[in-house]
Amino acid sequence: MMNTNKNSYTIIYAAVLVIVVAATLAFISGVLKAPQAKNIEIEKKLNILMSVNKANNQDDAKNKNEYIENEYKKYIDEQFLVNIKGERIEGDAFNTDLKQELEKSENDRRLPVFVCNDNGNKLYVFPVYGPGLWGPIWGYISLKNDFNTIFGAVFDHKGETPGLGAEIVTLKFRERFTNKKLYNNEQFVSVKVIKAGSAPTDVHSVDGVSGGTITSKAVSTLLFNSMENYKAFFTKQKQALSTQN
Amino acid sequence: MNQKESLFSSKNLKLLTAPFNESNPVIVMVLGICSVLAVTVKLQPAIVMGLSVTIVCGFSCLIISLLRNTIPNRIRIIVQLVVVATFVILIDQVLKAFAYQTSKQLSVFVGLIITNCIIMGRIEAFALGNKPLPAFLDGIGSGAGYGAILVTIAFIRELFGSGTLLNVRIVPESWYIQNGGFYANNGLMIYPPMVLILIGLFIWIHRSFNKNLIGK
Repeated sequence: MMNTNKNSYTIIYAAVLVIVVAATLAFISGVLKAPQAKNIEIEKKLNILMSVNKANNQDDAKNKNEYIENEYKKYIDEQFLVNIKGERIEGDAFNTDLKQELEKSENDRRLPVFVCNDNGNKLYVFPVYGPGLWGPIWGYISLKNDFNTIFGAVFDHKGETPGLGAEIVTLKFRERFTNKKLYNNEQFVSVKVIKAGSAPTDVHSVDGVSGGTITSKAVSTLLFNSMENYKAFFTKQKQALSTQN
Repeated sequence: MNQKESLFSSKNLKLLTAPFNESNPVIVMVLGICSVLAVTVKLQPAIVMGLSVTIVCGFSCLIISLLRNTIPNRIRIIVQLVVVATFVILIDQVLKAFAYQTSKQLSVFVGLIITNCIIMGRIEAFALGNKPLPAFLDGIGSGAGYGAILVTIAFIRELFGSGTLLNVRIVPESWYIQNGGFYANNGLMIYPPMVLILIGLFIWIHRSFNKNLIGK
């Protein structure tokens, strides 16, 4: 029987074990990288589509990924970046991470815009991002082409309380944003999430989720902070529209 | 001495079934409570978590048992940790690739399987001193015994806390007060402390049937 208590044996044993384990994990990670990246991409596409009320039959689709890819190709016909002055800039809009952009100084920000074209009826999708109660919250807001009225909203989060703050992902909460307006006359006011159950009648506030007050407030703040960046872009688009008419 | 034991002899079978009753990791040994608090709000993540722990526990015990005569005693805990961590990372990666939504719900708790005392406990107490097959069965049994409690608690919490099971609505929408009904979800079920109350109740019921567990 070998002496398993010798120093040399212990060191060699530890080294071999670690190398074997590292090699195994590196191999597995390499194999699974592609499907993992695909999942993230599909989820992002699905979120964008959901904000314009598309891809509703994903649960019935035989091949969910393929269905989402096709819907995305069909409806999202333009994606580009704008800067804080509302001018188009070069870059890959789909893979631009809003979180990183918001950390930069205002003038360096590259802000993604996705355009949905449903039979000539254009909707504009803007990502939003900000801190929640336990972790980040992000989402997509789609605007009608008056660049004021919200068409749809989608939210997702890292770790809000299940059953309370996490309810922001539900259709029930998301629906409340439809037809709300970002501008009060010429003033950018965004949409506020107020106390649950107040049933607001004005176009600048929506009901929060009950028991999720901090999450609701966080959504309010991140909506304002994210959409504010696009103010110049909205103004430019509105001017372009009015000269057309 | 070298008498061949059949795969499912009564002794081996006992290793598999005992954790469901008189040696349940959660309600008898009171191990792994933290993850029970965290992942039992909804049924589906609880099922996936139970399965993951079962797989990690079973295979870690198997590997450790196979290596048991070669492991240097002084670094034995480190070796155990490395083996368990490997399986945990494997499960985490596989979930991220093939069950993305569930992996998002479980978030850090998959990674935290490694801190689940049940696994290290079974390795130290059993796998290090027993042959691979009994060690494997013991690991699977302990993981499944933990999973059984997890699923039972998640069932109660999701049903009374959200009115759904596996995200399918059980309590009709029209029963709710805001829709003119008489019913409201029990908000306490959503919060972790309720799990402690539920586990307390389980232990009470369990011990009233197993008098030999009382007062040792």
